[in-house]
Amino acid sequence: MGETLADNVIYRNVYAFVEGALGPDWAWAAYAAGGLAIILLVANGVMAIGTGYTWFERRLLGRFQGRLGPNRAGPFGLFQPIADAIKLISKEDIIALGADKVVFTLAPVVMLAPTILVLAVIPFGSGSWLADLNVAALYIAAVSGIATIAVMMAGYASPNSFSLFGSMRAVAMLVSYEVPLVMALLGVTILAQSMSLVDIVEAQALPFLIVTPLGALVFLAAVSAELNRAPFDVTEAESELVAGYMTEYSGMKYGVFMLAEFTNTVVAGAIFAALFLQGWKWAVLPSHLWFLIKVGGFVFVAVWVRATLPRFRLDQILSAAWKYLFPLSLLNAMLLAAEVIIWPERGAAELGIMAAVNWAVSVPAALLWSRAVSLRSAPPTLAALSPRAFSGAAGRARQAPGGEAAPDSAARSAGTEGG
Amino acid sequence: MAFDNLFSEIVFWFLAAASVGSAALVVRLRSIFRAALMLVVSFLAVAGLFTMANAEFLAVVQVLVYGGGIAVLVIFAVMMTRDVDQGNQATAVQPVALALGAALLGALVYSVAQAEWALLPESLPAPLAAVFVETPARLGRLLLSDYALAFEAAGVLLLAAVIGALSLVREREAPEGDDA
Repeated sequence: MGETLADNVIYRNVYAFVEGALGPDWAWAAYAAGGLAIILLVANGVMAIGTGYTWFERRLLGRFQGRLGPNRAGPFGLFQPIADAIKLISKEDIIALGADKVVFTLAPVVMLAPTILVLAVIPFGSGSWLADLNVAALYIAAVSGIATIAVMMAGYASPNSFSLFGSMRAVAMLVSYEVPLVMALLGVTILAQSMSLVDIVEAQALPFLIVTPLGALVFLAAVSAELNRAPFDVTEAESELVAGYMTEYSGMKYGVFMLAEFTNTVVAGAIFAALFLQGWKWAVLPSHLWFLIKVGGFVFVAVWVRATLPRFRLDQILSAAWKYLFPLSLLNAMLLAAEVIIWPERGAAELGIMAAVNWAVSVPAALLWSRAVSLRSAPPTLAALSPRAFSGAAGRARQAPGGEAAPDSAARSAGTEGG
Repeated sequence: MAFDNLFSEIVFWFLAAASVGSAALVVRLRSIFRAALMLVVSFLAVAGLFTMANAEFLAVVQVLVYGGGIAVLVIFAVMMTRDVDQGNQATAVQPVALALGAALLGALVYSVAQAEWALLPESLPAPLAAVFVETPARLGRLLLSDYALAFEAAGVLLLAAVIGALSLVREREAPEGDDA
């Protein structure tokens, strides 16, 4: 364990200031103020990075698609995120007639909450983290599950069938992919013999990406689905559902959804870097910079995948989770458990042997299993997709036909994704 | 707790009020969907209380299972309920439920007030303090050694529940039977 909260410079200064101003009886207020100062700094810093990341993603997508991407606002279009934010803030904030106003307004907030909560356990650099929880890996899975509820709130509160279908799809997908995600986390936990992200980083004499390629693959796929990123973005498939659960949202409420989505990608990169890429560890450069570079690497791969693969159908996505990723993650966990028993002490040499064994098993397993499980099954029948299955809520949604919001949403998606 | 007593007291009362208040709203709100959401708030507040009792593992599992899984299940059930628009309707069972609930609350309050709580000393001896640091590891070891049978039985029970749910749903499907 490195330093604790009391060692933090910001915390100490804020604590001393508040205690000095109010007297020793107010130590609890000083404690709260110091903690809040750090939380404010970290949360806003990461959200700023998430906002800046929109520029990175759109420029990169432009390269992949043989066009320029945003290039008008500032040098290389660098001020595009700021222009976007100003546009979103100044747009009219519409709450559709017949919406459940309170739930509708709260949904984006609930969506953003897990993004910020996850930051608590991420080690950003050597000796710099907010909390070294001994259940951090489980905490990440638990907290990110709250986003599911936000999606349901948005879908249910909007008087629109597209929103409802989008949220139904999202929930089916999020719940399914939580299983391989947790199994991949289990593999890493077995290897590091701890759920604390700090211990996991310390245990990586070799990056776990090399030691457990299958776990990294499953985690990458599951996390892309949890992030609603292409090729798993059926929940907001603009060619089918307008914008899914976000259809009725406009102005800054929509902006908060987008902020959560992009920040989530960066945060997922941070989690991936800590779990599989040795976190902050490497030589020469300062540890925080290394961490940022690794996050950038993850994000680059995420954009690359988005630009390369077409969108899957929902039933293909669900089959992939249950028939392909889940058995592979089980195999991965059992393999690692056996290896941990064989090599109780794991330095770089032992991890190297394990890596060799794991690669020899996982590559054939992944290839053979993909042959065995064909995802080219027939599409589901119309009867299975009938809105009668959701009679209660769908009946409510039918009162206001969904077509009304379409022009605005189309303009919106063109504005943010076209670039 | 590591920090000031007054601060933890403020947090405790906030969490306690949130859990009880939202639980009351679950019963009182007319919209079933909102009631389900208040249930989630109640679950999360209880998770916060677990954290205050140094039971981080329990808190995280509470969020994972109740805040994530059970809440989604409840909301799904609400969305598929036929007359969800009519809201939380009064039924003839209400007085009975009220009486039973009051009796249960009374029994709980009485037993909590009467019990002799073996409180831990302010500063823990080293071996006891270590227990709090590595709860997940110790829980795991206990589950796979002393309580292995109960653990496995619970697994089989859940598997049976999953298969049972699947067979109930499958009955009404079209005869062509695609493997979804």
